[in-house]
Amino acid sequence: MSNRTAGALLSTLFMGLGQLYNRQWAKGILFLAAGIGIVAGAVALDLPSYLRGLWTLGDQPSGLVKVGKLTKMVEGDHSIFLLIKGLMAALGLLLALALYAGGIRDAYKTGRQRDEGRPVNSFRQSLRAINNRSFAYIVLLPPAVFILFLTVLPLIFSVLLAFTNYADPILPPANLIDWVGFANFVKLVSLKVWSDTFFGVLLWTVVWAAIATATTYVGGILVAVLIHQPRIRFKAFWRTVMIVPFAIPSLISLLVMRNMFNNQFGPVNDMLRMIGLGGVPWLSDPNWAKVTLVLVNMWIGIPITMILAFGILTTISRDLYEAAEVDGAGSYQKFKLITLPMVLFATAPVLIMQFAGNLNNFNVIYLLTDGGPVNSGYQYAGHTDLLVTWLYKLALDQAQYSFASVIGIVIFVIVASLSIWSYRRTRSYKEEDMIA
Amino acid sequence: MNGPSARFKLGLSYAILIVLTIVSLYPALWIVLSSLKEGNSLYSDTLIPRNFTFDHYRELFRSTKYPIWFMNTLKVAALSTVLGTFLLLLTSYAVSRFRFAGRRFSLNALLVLQMFPGFMAMIAVYVVLNSMGLLNSHLALVLVYSSGAIVTNVFVAKGFFDTVPKSLEEAARIDGASHLTVFFRIMVPLAKPMLTYASLMIFNGCFVDFIFADLVLRSEDQRTLAVGLYKMVNQRNSTEFTLFASGAVLVALPVMTLFLVLQRNLVDGLTAGASKG
Repeated sequence: MSNRTAGALLSTLFMGLGQLYNRQWAKGILFLAAGIGIVAGAVALDLPSYLRGLWTLGDQPSGLVKVGKLTKMVEGDHSIFLLIKGLMAALGLLLALALYAGGIRDAYKTGRQRDEGRPVNSFRQSLRAINNRSFAYIVLLPPAVFILFLTVLPLIFSVLLAFTNYADPILPPANLIDWVGFANFVKLVSLKVWSDTFFGVLLWTVVWAAIATATTYVGGILVAVLIHQPRIRFKAFWRTVMIVPFAIPSLISLLVMRNMFNNQFGPVNDMLRMIGLGGVPWLSDPNWAKVTLVLVNMWIGIPITMILAFGILTTISRDLYEAAEVDGAGSYQKFKLITLPMVLFATAPVLIMQFAGNLNNFNVIYLLTDGGPVNSGYQYAGHTDLLVTWLYKLALDQAQYSFASVIGIVIFVIVASLSIWSYRRTRSYKEEDMIA
Repeated sequence: MNGPSARFKLGLSYAILIVLTIVSLYPALWIVLSSLKEGNSLYSDTLIPRNFTFDHYRELFRSTKYPIWFMNTLKVAALSTVLGTFLLLLTSYAVSRFRFAGRRFSLNALLVLQMFPGFMAMIAVYVVLNSMGLLNSHLALVLVYSSGAIVTNVFVAKGFFDTVPKSLEEAARIDGASHLTVFFRIMVPLAKPMLTYASLMIFNGCFVDFIFADLVLRSEDQRTLAVGLYKMVNQRNSTEFTLFASGAVLVALPVMTLFLVLQRNLVDGLTAGASKG
């Protein structure tokens, strides 16, 4: 048998054996120790029970159980903890398997070196090789651990919730949760109480994102062009003033705006009354609330587009304008034929990302109207709720966790389709090795 | 060029700019003036108060936990910014510079992670933190903010490193510098503008988060400013508006100053983020 087959087989039998066979003692002992540690850990923590818990989500709810003549409070299985611990166990198992596979691969490679009569790396050489070749892995390890446990794991958990019946009134520890497949998705589109709300909120979400993106985009470019006119003086001053709304934390400015648009006491209605107009129900009428949202969003969003447009305006070569002037173009023509196309071309990719951002514009809606005014025809949602604020209410106020997760997946599908489509056009995705 | 129509257009432009200036500064002006006004109600019959008073600021420090919240926020934001920026640097440098097995997968995974609404995983993060015994602690916030910072900013940072010529490091490597030396002595100094932008974004994010912090922090002494202020306006809205106003001014001031001072970096960062994804 060749060394590579023997090494790989021995490593398959148990971690580290292949390395020892290849006479890489230090490495072999490390692998062996890791293998023993993993097996011991799996046995000590009873890994299979966790995986079983992930599958069944518990057999015994907490509750009163008759034991002989007495009723006793028995602590049963808590489906949520079973789910999350099962996930952690599965994740750990995957990592262990990856290490195991890596060991086999390493033993095979070293065995081949021996078969070909080449010398085998010493431990120190291996370390140096790791430092050279695997620098990226070492550097990425700390961020990967963070992301794995605080972002990936919770997300998988939440996605899985969409396929369970975890929603008020079925809440652990009194009840057990069960896997229900796609039942929640079906309910959302076919059960009238849910589907009315879902399609209503979805429609408003898309309309909102379209209007919010268009208004801030057009507004931002117009303001930038206005300030950029050659004859306007104190450009830096105007620009700084226009950036102020962006510099104030949106939490603060939105809470302030909510008070400014207060129907009775707010200064906006106050001023309207002063010039003889009646007050407007800015936040309490469904249609006016939508108008208010768009206006406030413009106030917050225009500076961002303006900053971007400025960056582009300054790169447009003066020669272009001079050439146009020689040809007799007026300022309107210069704007229409040079400025506008250049700016539009360069900022078009941003448009998609801003649209996606507005689909999930939680702060503006939540802080200004909190989804209100109430819509009696909706399930736990108001007239101005977006999918994302509805998700928040479902999960944190109403304990409808499974439905919240379904909404989350819907949002993901929408944003993902948009982003994949646009990311594939960007430079860092397409031409990675542009600078050699 | 200097006919009456051109002059009219210029005048119109200035007029529009002045209106826009009023609109964009009015909310800030209004809240500052409200915080200086006597009484505690939202309503005021004049924009400029008849009498100026600093009572609300004094009350903020005497009768609410504002100073504690401020220190909490500063602590959480500073630690998250340092940790988050460091992790972000490591990640973006590695994915920009090294070609390793699983790289394309990691990039795609990061891309996918960004597309889930952040609130979706909140319940799960809560359960995870609970099982680690980290609820009601600032450490939990720091960990979650830092991890989130990597995911949200990695493509901007990677895009930046992509534009730094490789010949720089190659030269250093030939001269015998190790990967770590190259990283700390060459790449980090070069990345300063991007670092400023990213850390400003992270810092600002920690300063204004009132949703997740509210979920994790259970006691009033642990609260951050954003949570405290949000609760203040939600519970005491009608009765103590001026107190809220003074709190709002004090939160907005440091962040606003940072933003305006670092305007240049901000513009570069935003532009880079937009054109490179």
